[in-house]
Amino acid sequence: MARPVGEINAGSMADIAFLILIYFLMTTTMDIDTGLARRLPPYEDTQEKIEINRRNIMVVLINKSDRLFAGNQPMEIGMLRETVKEFIMNPTDHPNKSVIERKAIPGIRGEVPVSKGVISLQNDRGTSYNAYIAVQNELVAAFNELRDDFSRMHFGKVYTALDDDQQAAVREAIPQTISEAEPKEVGAAKSGGR
Amino acid sequence: MAKFARKGKGGLPRINTASLPDVVFMLLFFFMTVTTFRETEQIVTVKVPDATEAVKIDRKELTCYIYVGVPVQQLQGQYGTDSRIQLNDKICTIDEIRDFIASERESKSEADRQLMTTSLKVDRDVRMGIVTDIKQELRRCSALKISYSSMIPL
Repeated sequence: MARPVGEINAGSMADIAFLILIYFLMTTTMDIDTGLARRLPPYEDTQEKIEINRRNIMVVLINKSDRLFAGNQPMEIGMLRETVKEFIMNPTDHPNKSVIERKAIPGIRGEVPVSKGVISLQNDRGTSYNAYIAVQNELVAAFNELRDDFSRMHFGKVYTALDDDQQAAVREAIPQTISEAEPKEVGAAKSGGR
Repeated sequence: MAKFARKGKGGLPRINTASLPDVVFMLLFFFMTVTTFRETEQIVTVKVPDATEAVKIDRKELTCYIYVGVPVQQLQGQYGTDSRIQLNDKICTIDEIRDFIASERESKSEADRQLMTTSLKVDRDVRMGIVTDIKQELRRCSALKISYSSMIPL
């Protein structure tokens, strides 16, 4: 004789689900990892001097009291982005700013100006990390803006909206030439944080 | 004229809670999918700087983390109040980075080793000296892909 199966009491289901929910809320994080992606130069024991024309280098220096110098001039951080953009693209063909070379790049019609400029970022051991990142951010922003301008001119879209091949072409036209110099002591109190 | 008939005599009717488990389960699945487990317990306090140009690290499983900051209050007696490096779950010295990177690299598959990113989670008040030392050490281990962890300001 088949007996009807009694209904299972599901009243505590909500409690169980709440318990698991609270467990997940406690043990997991929601933060997405964001950061400034950079590539370090490979390590070499023997320092070989790479000859770069002097006018192609812009030294950006942050000293131990977080003061910024760009191209040997003291500068406010708000000015850095425009200064870097002007140095790299050199629209007025200034003899002290970077050399522009016209190059043909696959994927882009005609010859485009490619800058030979390099930004050399130097810091002191006493520089604060906050100031360092603020400057790094401005440098990256300058290059991103140049890439956006270039993309809009040649493809009619911003850089992030382009497909992979087009992005590669833009990257070749405007390389992100930020060089992180070898560390050196420039008269700072050595921080003992080891 | 409409009539407002009174249902029952006083007392609110019981709210049906049969769908409550479904709602809670939905919330649970939402949190299970969008969150990730905490990998390490932080023993140094890190408040990363702001940067508008920060980009998302795309492959989280290929990322290893180096934390730099002042140890938390409870451990300051043991480690002092100077900025220290945290690898995995303990305070380390500069020289231990090499072993850390080697073991992290070992745990990744052969094809992905080149794509490994080192995320530097450094507190905004840290001096650059210690960061420069870390960068030099990473160059020596040829872990060249790095990311300066920073927040996009809202």
